[in-house]
Amino acid sequence: MKDEVKVLSPTAILGYGFPRESLKEGLARKPDVIAVDAGSTDPGPHFLGLEPEDLSGIGQFGRVIRADLEPLLEASLVAGIPLIIGSAGGAGGTLHLMGVVYLIRDIAEKRGFHFKLATITAEFDQGFVLERLRAGKVEPLGPVPELTEDEVRRSVRIVGQMGVEPFIEALNMGAQVIAAGRANDPAMFAALPIKRGFDPGLSLHMAKILECGAIAADPGSGSDCLFGTVRRDHFIVEPTNSARVCTVRSVAAHTLYEKSDPWRLYGPGGMVDLSRVRFEQDGPRHVKVTGSRFVPDSVYRIKLEGATRVGYRTICIAGIRDPGAIAHLDEMIEETRKRTVEQFAEVPKDEWELHFKVYGRDGVMGRLEPRAEAAHEVGLLIEAIAGTQELASSICMFAHTIILHYGFPGRLSTAGNLAFPLSPEDIPCGSVCRFNIYHLIEVDDPVAPFPIEITEV
Amino acid sequence: MSKLRLREVAKIIRSKNAGPFELTLDVFFRDKESFEQAESSGFFTPSLIARLYGISDDEVLSITWFEPAHALKITIIRPLPSGSPGDTDVFGAQQHAPLLELTLPWNG
Repeated sequence: MKDEVKVLSPTAILGYGFPRESLKEGLARKPDVIAVDAGSTDPGPHFLGLEPEDLSGIGQFGRVIRADLEPLLEASLVAGIPLIIGSAGGAGGTLHLMGVVYLIRDIAEKRGFHFKLATITAEFDQGFVLERLRAGKVEPLGPVPELTEDEVRRSVRIVGQMGVEPFIEALNMGAQVIAAGRANDPAMFAALPIKRGFDPGLSLHMAKILECGAIAADPGSGSDCLFGTVRRDHFIVEPTNSARVCTVRSVAAHTLYEKSDPWRLYGPGGMVDLSRVRFEQDGPRHVKVTGSRFVPDSVYRIKLEGATRVGYRTICIAGIRDPGAIAHLDEMIEETRKRTVEQFAEVPKDEWELHFKVYGRDGVMGRLEPRAEAAHEVGLLIEAIAGTQELASSICMFAHTIILHYGFPGRLSTAGNLAFPLSPEDIPCGSVCRFNIYHLIEVDDPVAPFPIEITEV
Repeated sequence: MSKLRLREVAKIIRSKNAGPFELTLDVFFRDKESFEQAESSGFFTPSLIARLYGISDDEVLSITWFEPAHALKITIIRPLPSGSPGDTDVFGAQQHAPLLELTLPWNG
């Protein structure tokens, strides 16, 4: 058996791009696999809650995803190594995955590529989640309410984060290219090392560092490559771009990124315990890591993410420069809320919402903002959410007219309190979702919930 | 003992979502000595963070010291889940500013 597995991570997220030289340098090191993460919950619940009638699954991302996919597909085929894409299309639902699969097929057809493609879906049907919920096999993850049957039924889509097992299964089936729905970020990078018998703690910790591309290098970048080599008792990470280096600090720092606990990296089936980890500067540009240990859970749990539709949003953006208007802004907002409630009295109160954000004061931090003073001019974002786009627009328009003409004490500027930068003043924004499931579900088999389909392209 | 602002002994001060329901704040100290002094000072407590952000102590989930990166990690409950109606910062990337100006007692 070879005593190492080499993994090339071209970029932090498929579509973020990478210098062609960095890819070339990475390929010159003869990687055993190219793996890339293609999604996240970061952009919010909207993408997970997409309905087929909304924009196409990957919409505006298609162009940049294609720009990355084409050289990666080519590199994988030329080198004869697998290309593994996880959380395809962002949220990792089947709709999103199929958007990426369409691009893969389209590129293959235009370039005359032929290969064995595995697609792995990650959607969980409501019936399965309900059955597990009733059996007491679903629990909240962090500061999240207990899941209810109503919330499950309300969800537009539920995805589960797959671990390495479905990827290993697809590799065993001979897949050259794997495109998967929602996956635990490190799974794509750790699958081949674990399949070849390397330590899961080292493999998963290396994968956690690789999954964000060169963000773990110095200077860091999400649009550049990182190269990892796992051996029997350690792993090494190094950027392929000679303008960057990995330092103990840059690699150790990345271990904290987007995680609540830096000492334990939780994932499907267990956690990586870093209490005995050692980072060493093993050369001018690479860091050696030892001591990462995998601790399996007694039951196999998968993280579920679900989104539900709240309604439709219309916004209005306006500026305020009059010092009197700024001083009386809270009063104007309160009065506007009151008048809007009266105006839309026939609509049940729990079927619409009105939000105001005051930029230049506390628009960024809301209730976490410790400073109270406002700037000499402020931006106001008025946001109405209701059951239909038309109702949201009516509410937004009504609210902006109340503020526009509100007569605060001492007002001299009787022509209007708001400066609108745009016409139309009220902008329909489409559907609004919220995350309503963020729970762990216990499963008997790590592969079965993630159906694998092999096709010849 | 004099006072200084946290930004004077830190290389990185940042915030980010840790999943859609938690917000995590990272402070990377400029060197081992600064890290050790900050950790041993006992200055960083849940009630300090609660006061700084106008939240209750229970909303501060953890304060963790990570020696390999000379880093302090503070995790709090998000006021609203990421992207829910009323949320102000979907990625949670601009919630670190109060830490920049935090003044702490310091030796040397």
